[in-house]
Amino acid sequence: MTKCLLLSLQEWKRGQEPLTPVVSAVHLQVGDFTCVEPEALRFTFAAAVEGTWLDGSTLEIETVPLRARCLGCSGVYSPDPDQAYRSPCCDRPMEEIVSGRELRIRSVDYSLPQQTSDPAAVPSR
Amino acid sequence: MHMPLTDTLGLNLMAANQHQADHNREHFDAWNLLCLNVMSSPGAGKTSLLERTITALAPHLEMAVLEGDMTTQLDAQRLEAVGVPVVPITTGRACHLDAAMVSGGLRQLQAQLDPAALDLLWVENVGNLVCPAEFEVGEHLKVALLSVTEGDDKPLKYPVMFREADCVLITKVDLLPYLPVAVERIETHIRSVNPAAEVFQVSASSGAGLDDWHQWVLATTREHTRQAALVEVG
Repeated sequence: MTKCLLLSLQEWKRGQEPLTPVVSAVHLQVGDFTCVEPEALRFTFAAAVEGTWLDGSTLEIETVPLRARCLGCSGVYSPDPDQAYRSPCCDRPMEEIVSGRELRIRSVDYSLPQQTSDPAAVPSR
Repeated sequence: MHMPLTDTLGLNLMAANQHQADHNREHFDAWNLLCLNVMSSPGAGKTSLLERTITALAPHLEMAVLEGDMTTQLDAQRLEAVGVPVVPITTGRACHLDAAMVSGGLRQLQAQLDPAALDLLWVENVGNLVCPAEFEVGEHLKVALLSVTEGDDKPLKYPVMFREADCVLITKVDLLPYLPVAVERIETHIRSVNPAAEVFQVSASSGAGLDDWHQWVLATTREHTRQAALVEVG
């Protein structure tokens, strides 16, 4: 997952070429109804960026709670695993997820050096 | 002097994987085949099911398998034995297939055969109920297996997998007489987290329920390839 995040940031970086952005913070939104554990992501990110262009940047993770809409009464509820994620109002299955599936790079805080980066640092194709 | 900037990206964290997955799907669509991603915990019976299903559907569909396995090629050998082209993808320490690995598998497949001759490509994922749920490989549909021996709480403990699945197979139902498990409860839990899923109760060893599952695969494949052909004509 961390690898995927780094590759996605790499794609963004390519869009900034020929400048090399200096990233201070990466802001993520991670839904509760995903397979991503924020603590693990923080830990592996710190280890993975060491010595790379992202070294020195922090990872800010905003978690997003799981919310679903009951199609019986249109009420929005917080699905509870102990209730099999069913709606407490109408006892319906979890039909429409409103939030909680987010795996999003919300924004990147960065600065750009005034001059173009050292040509030797630009990968040749 | 550095200018502080903020780029609002709204980019999917999985964007890099997603782009590769979309690219894989473009290939599948160009070849007019259906790709099913089969996922479950280790030992739920993915390979046994595919042995039965591929054998049963072989007279009707041209199939191949991309076989994800962490270290061995044992599953690939089992499926080759039923007479279908298999490309093993050894993931090493990775607990799931990602889109880039499947792309590598597709290149190997193309070296063996013309994928345009296929109707259905099976991707047997690495046994794991967590990560494969988030890593799309370009499949059209996800199939999740849950064996009755795993207990009725698993759809609630690993809800993302069962939510994301288009089709859920409750496997090893021949063992039900020996277990303190109610299959109705398993099915209710699956439907609670995913009311839209197709659910089948099957046993690859007794053959129970396989006909319905095979009919679903056949109908889904035919519908998919027919629609894709229409798009091409239109």
